[in-house]
Amino acid sequence: MAGLELLSDQGYRVDGRRAGELRKIQARMGVFAQADGSAYIEQGNTKALAVVYGPHEIRGSRARALPDRALVNCQYSSATFSTGERKRRPHGDRKSCEMGLQLRQTFEAAILTQLHPRSQIDIYVQVLQADGGTYAACVNAATLAVLDAGIPMRDFVCACSAGFVDGTALADLSHVEEAAGGPQLALALLPASGQIALLEMDARLHEDHLEQVLEAAARAARDVHTLLDRVVRQHVKEASILLGD
Amino acid sequence: MAHGRGGGVAGAGATRADDVRRAGRLGSMASVALSEAEKVYIVHGVQEDLRVDGRGCEDYRCVEVETDVVSNTSGSARVKLGHTDILVGVKAEMGTPKLEKPNEGYLEFFVDCSANATPEFEGRGGDDLGTEIANTLYRIFNNKSSVDLKSLCISPREHCWILYVDVLLLECGGNLFDAISIAVKAALFNTRIPRVRVLEDEEGSKDIELSDDPYDCIRLSVENVPCIVTLCKIGYRHVVDATLQEEACSLASLLVAVTSKGVVTCMRKVGKGSLDPESIFEMMETGKRVGKVLHTSLQSLLHKEESLGPKRQKVGFLG
Repeated sequence: MAGLELLSDQGYRVDGRRAGELRKIQARMGVFAQADGSAYIEQGNTKALAVVYGPHEIRGSRARALPDRALVNCQYSSATFSTGERKRRPHGDRKSCEMGLQLRQTFEAAILTQLHPRSQIDIYVQVLQADGGTYAACVNAATLAVLDAGIPMRDFVCACSAGFVDGTALADLSHVEEAAGGPQLALALLPASGQIALLEMDARLHEDHLEQVLEAAARAARDVHTLLDRVVRQHVKEASILLGD
Repeated sequence: MAHGRGGGVAGAGATRADDVRRAGRLGSMASVALSEAEKVYIVHGVQEDLRVDGRGCEDYRCVEVETDVVSNTSGSARVKLGHTDILVGVKAEMGTPKLEKPNEGYLEFFVDCSANATPEFEGRGGDDLGTEIANTLYRIFNNKSSVDLKSLCISPREHCWILYVDVLLLECGGNLFDAISIAVKAALFNTRIPRVRVLEDEEGSKDIELSDDPYDCIRLSVENVPCIVTLCKIGYRHVVDATLQEEACSLASLLVAVTSKGVVTCMRKVGKGSLDPESIFEMMETGKRVGKVLHTSLQSLLHKEESLGPKRQKVGFLG
């Protein structure tokens, strides 16, 4: 990698973080009044909004209804101005479709879909600013939105990305680190049970290093869980004060 | 029944309830279901200059404006008007001027009706409404005075700045057009375009040089950028800044784009019902009057925010 040192000899990354350190996470639940659930998250400079509608009747073709569980419907879109170079379409391109499918897979593993047979749950995520780790930010925002909608889940779903540079695993990659082209791993974890809801890795990585990278991502995902848990508790406390309980 | 009683609404079938239900609403905008009694309540209230939320007929809801919310754009703004939530990002990119206007840059508008606003917009569901709003924006900016397009030219016939104005609709609670135009104006006010110089060597080949100083920017004058005021005809009166419920009671509305001096740059009738000529003139006068006040308060708000400088605590969606 010419010119750019992703990890200095002193163990600092380009933005000054340590290898296992997360970027600053700020989140808020209940951003919109009209949706059933909504949340906003900032992970460093990556900003994402998630909105949940449902469970409600199946929209469109009835043939899609599942007799034993709810249909989880996800759409990922990313604002045309979210990336460095302007995008032509906010959704409908190959990457967005793939993201939608990944989100669907992630949340089908977490939501107790069997409680709402023949109904539909819509999860829409919108990336407002992309600076690496968009999948993780979307999953984390969507978790908060599903919780805000009061839809029963097995557990939080917490996601984080990880990479591998010079024999060290890096957690929560930024755009610069992603663009450098090393191996990347995206992990969605159900922290209480330690189960993995989604795991994806691209580029080449030696088998011996996988465990180290996976462990870094899982540790980061648990850190994310601590933060999200705090946000949820704070939100519930505020809501209950407003209700006068 | 209250609707169609006044002289305002013409057209034979206008008094039928199902017409009222369909009218005043764009193709696929988020809809609310209102009972007949609720509609009568709203219409009677408007006749007494008292609306459901306590406003008068010419009052706006509280508008929240924040600029510079997305850091990888040249300019951005978020506007919240009641439950309507709009985010606008402006990106400046270099391109070639249009053939018919060789010494001007241009603006491109794109409106994304995201599924966040309503599940009806999922997939391609919001495209129709998005195109309609984008076309309206093109129309209100289609005059020489709105934006100084000549300042966007870098070298005639070869290079100019193209400003991509991308509107993201996050939640709709009525009066989309007004909120979008306020957000566009605020985002253009916030837009900073890097200063470039054209260097020409002896052989006549040109080179574009970007300034070293990242704060060396040109800014657009938004003095003459118009704002849209939508006037909704309810009964025989008209209201500004209608909520979704009020839009459901209205047969037709008039959209007027007004500059801060009260100059009208565009006018459109929207909705399924019809309007008589006298009420159109009446609505236009109201539009100009309300528009001027809107511009003054927006301008003072933008300047006030800017005077806080870069140390201002950014709220964004966290507040």
